[in-house]
Order: sequence, then C-alpha cells, then structure tokens
Amino acid sequence: MAEGWREVADARSRPWDRPRVRATGARGVWWGALLAVVVVVLLLGAGVGTQRADFSQAFLPPSAEHPFGTDQAGRDLLARSLAGARVSLLVGLVAALVSSVVGVVVGGLAGSLASRGGGVVDGVLMRLVDAVNALPHLVLGIVIVALLGPSLSSVILSVALTHWTTTARIVRAELLALQHVGFVEAAVGAGAGRWWVLSRHLLAHVAGRVLLATVLMVPHAIMHESALSFLGLGLPDDQASLGTIIEQSRTAVLAGHWWPAVLPGLLLVALSLAVFALAERLRPVSRGRA
Amino acid sequence: MRLLDRSARAGSPLTRLVLGRLLLLPVLLAVVTLVMFVLAQQTPFDPVLAALGERALTMDGPTLEAMRDRAGDTGAVQQWAAWWGNALQGDLGVSSSQRAPVATVIAQRLPWTLGLMAVSLVLAVAGGVLVGGLAGTRPGSWADRVAGGGLLSVQAAPPFWTGLVAVWVFAVWLGWLPTGGATSPDTDAVEPFDVLRHAVLPVLVLALSQLPWFGLVVRDATRDALAGLPVRAGWARGIPTSRLLRQHAVRPALLPLVTVVGVRVPELITGAVLVETVFSWPGVASATVDSALRLDFSLLAALTVLTTVIVVLGNLAADVAYRVVDPRVGQRDG
Repeated sequence: MAEGWREVADARSRPWDRPRVRATGARGVWWGALLAVVVVVLLLGAGVGTQRADFSQAFLPPSAEHPFGTDQAGRDLLARSLAGARVSLLVGLVAALVSSVVGVVVGGLAGSLASRGGGVVDGVLMRLVDAVNALPHLVLGIVIVALLGPSLSSVILSVALTHWTTTARIVRAELLALQHVGFVEAAVGAGAGRWWVLSRHLLAHVAGRVLLATVLMVPHAIMHESALSFLGLGLPDDQASLGTIIEQSRTAVLAGHWWPAVLPGLLLVALSLAVFALAERLRPVSRGRA
Repeated sequence: MRLLDRSARAGSPLTRLVLGRLLLLPVLLAVVTLVMFVLAQQTPFDPVLAALGERALTMDGPTLEAMRDRAGDTGAVQQWAAWWGNALQGDLGVSSSQRAPVATVIAQRLPWTLGLMAVSLVLAVAGGVLVGGLAGTRPGSWADRVAGGGLLSVQAAPPFWTGLVAVWVFAVWLGWLPTGGATSPDTDAVEPFDVLRHAVLPVLVLALSQLPWFGLVVRDATRDALAGLPVRAGWARGIPTSRLLRQHAVRPALLPLVTVVGVRVPELITGAVLVETVFSWPGVASATVDSALRLDFSLLAALTVLTTVIVVLGNLAADVAYRVVDPRVGQRDG
C-alpha cells in the first residue's frame, strides 16, 4: 500500500522509466564522516589569529591572495569568516548543550512526576513551556540580551533559554509512553526504586532522541546567534561571529562591495546545512535505540 | 459515554476553546511582563540611565546616585504593578528612543508591520503550495529533488543575509528598486505607488524566508496522501490521474497547512524583525530592536506584550480554523 503512489506516478509519466531508488546507504555514511571531519577541523581552529587593520588594503575584491576579498579595515575576509564560523559553531554547540540539559531536567521532572502525584508540577512546567513558546524566540532573545547586556555568555544564555522546550516535550512524552512498557514494569516488579528505573531504564532509553534533538538544535542556535549579532545585540568585533561580519558589511553593500556580505553568508548557509545533514545521518542511529 | 459527558457541559467545544484561551491570555501576559521586570532588576540593566537617555551625560554623579537609590527602593513587583496600572488606563509611558508616547509610536508603526507580514504570508503560502504540490505529486523525480534541495537551502539562508543580497542585486547593482525605507526621502507624502516600489524587496524577502516551511509540509503531506488508500481506490475505479492528483493528493495536504500557518506566526515575526531592520522598514519589529539597543524599557515592554497577544491570537485562529475545516478534530480531543 505504501507503494501506491508509484503506480500513479509511473502511469502518469513514462511507464518505461523505472522508479528511482533513493541513493542512501554506504555513500551516506561517508558523507556524514566527511561532514564531521570538516566540523571538527573548523572547531580546532582553522583561521585563528587576530589580524592587524590596514586601511590601504580596504575592500579589495576577491583574488588569489584574498579568496574572499578584504573588509572595511583591510583584513582578509576568508580568515575572518573561518574564525567567525568557529565562533558561531562553538556558540551553537554550547547553547544546544545547555538547552538540552535544561530540557532533560524539565521534561524528566514533568514526565516522571506526572503520574505519581506530581500532576501539579507537571502542569506548571508544561504551562511554562507554553509561555516560552508563546513568544517568538528572537524577540525573547532580544529582551534577554538587552537586559543582560551584550556578551558571549548572554548570547549563549539567550539561545539556551529559548530553545529547551522541544527537548522537554520529547523527554516528557517518551517517559509517559514508556511507563507501561514491559521492561519498566518488570523492573518495578523486581523491586527497583524510582531513581534506578529513571536512570538505568528511562533516561538511557531517551538518550538517542535527546542526542538527535541536540544536534538538530545546533543549526537553529547558530541562526539565532547570527541574527542577534546581525541586529547589533550579539558578539563584539574581537569575537566576531559570521553574523557580526555580515552586520559590518551593511554599509559596504550600499557602496557596491558585495563580497563582505555574500561570501561569509554562503559560509553560514553551508555551515548550517552541514550540521543539518549530519543530524539526518544520526536519525536512524537514534531510532535504533528508542 | 463521551458524547454524554460532552453534552452535559455548557457550550460547544469551540466556544470553550476560545473562552479558555482568552482567559489564559491575561495570565500569560502578567507572567511574561513580571519576568521582564524581575530580570531588569537583577541584571546590570540601569533603569535610571535608561530613562534619562542622553540627559544622563549632563548630570553629576551624586544626583544620579540619589535617583538610583530612589529607583532601587521600589521592588520589581511594585514597578510591575504600577506599569500595569498605568497601562490599563491607556498610559504606556514615553519611549525614550523614539521621543514620543509609546501608544503613538505603536499606532504609527503597527500598520506597516501588519501589511508587510500579511502580504508576505499570503505569497509564502501560495508559493509553498505551488512548489510543494509540484514536488509532492512527482515523488523521486528531478523536480522533487531540485525542489527539496532548494527548499532546504533557502531555509538555511538567514533572512537578513537574503535581504542584503537582494539589496545588492536589485537596488545597488541593477538600480531598479530603492534600498530601504517605506517612502522616498524627498517627500513626506505617502503615495501608493512609491510605497509599493519600496515594499517589493522586503515583502519578497520575508515571503521567501517563510516559503520553504510551507513547501516542505505540503510536499510531505501530498506524498503521504498519494501513498494512502483513497488514491489507490480511486486509481482502481479509473478516476483520471490528473483529478486524482489534484483532488485526492494535494487537497488533503492543504488541511495541515491551516494549523501550520498559525504555528508559524512566531517565525513570521522573527523574520519581520530581521527584514525590517535590513530595509529600515518603519514598523514595530524594527522598533523592538531599536528599543533593545537603546535600553528603551517602556517601548520594549509594550512591544513584548503586543507580540505575545499577536502570537496567542494567531494560534487560536489557527485552532478554530482547523476545527471548522476538519470536524474530526473537535470530536477527538475537544
């Protein structure tokens, strides 16, 4: 029945045209490995090192010497963009990790207390999730950074505090669904305590899902951080992320210099697509455990 | 049994839903603003400097200290209560960044943002249905793969970057359209054609940033519908393929779209914040950023409340619409 569309699709187009088989499998694994290597190399610090400003070299178009051109202060944009990508990736990873921890704690509390006399706690926590979701994450992030003052930690905090709700919902739903599964009931029947069941069975079971949600959160967090930086509420010039670099290019674009905006932006798109593709490779792995 | 339960309670499920959400809204607003006031008190945010703005530069230290002491005396809860007391009487305070009463600022800027968002939303949904429908009815074809990859790439592109690229291509390089603003600087009058010319790029960029989500939803739903039993049964009865695709594959795929539109309101606002900033569009979304950058607390608080109201009402409208379109939903879980 699941192949029903093939008959329709085949009959509508050319019957001699064999339905294509999706190209996954061995090749997909290699792509995943390659992407992981790229991400790690970037993290280990390609293009680190501060550059001196040289205003006679300002706004040189892309050339062999400067593949990305130079920016308003004559700095090489390729090196600056790579350093910026590293900052973006680091912020994204830390923020995703923090938000996952918050999500697991909140979701774990709500899910494990919901059916054991803690319905009030569950209700309050889930209304909190609703309240956080009721605001656009960027607006909430703007408010948080405005009140805390722009810095690396407040950007990470702002991303983490707005993105934990998905993980909390996943963990809670899984815990509720797992309550009456055989092995949990067997453990309880064998005299296992609440904490034992939670740590040895339930959380271990949820771990795959949480890992996937965390990795999927990284591109989201990168976007959030770069948006904040672009709005001028993010990272300062000496910790420039890709968002900061693009923000600084706004006046240059009006003067017709396209490269300070276009090329770092392409790197940003490639970065989040790479992390996203990596997460897609992880999807079957996480399902295998859950 | 469930049926009896239901009829025993007052009102239809729909009115109960609407009433419940509308009653929850004030609670939500109270909590959100309270958190803001508490945060503002706990953090380096300096209310005295924020309230004074540039005047603080001309004041001497002892005066500032005295004002700080006075401000510090009242707790966050009192400030919050006072703010709501004034707000409910129509006094939202004065915006220090816009140098005008907050209510005036919002009244002037809200129509620009609503217009931008409404037109973009319509374009994004229409484009998403078109692309998603085309791709979903041809699973595995080159059109499907190109559309899928394209939608994912566009989704990965931040709207502020797309906006900058659009400014460079259409405004700077080709010189067809203005780079920003909503009216030409040399005239104060709001002329329809002039506004239209200024609106083209912001509307298209915002629509493009929202399109992939709708496109992917429609594509997946169409694909699922094609694989389902109704299509197979229709195929067996000899219903023409074109009609099968249109009425039994794409049409049911449009159902989930109604809720998706409501769920996307926060994302639409996020996009509007970025697009309005890139194009200096005189709406409330760019004013949010301004107020945050210049520590204009009264405007920021009012805009946060406004955003919450819009998001909650958007979600509610989507839920109501979904129940009207698909009666099964109300039956299942009230």
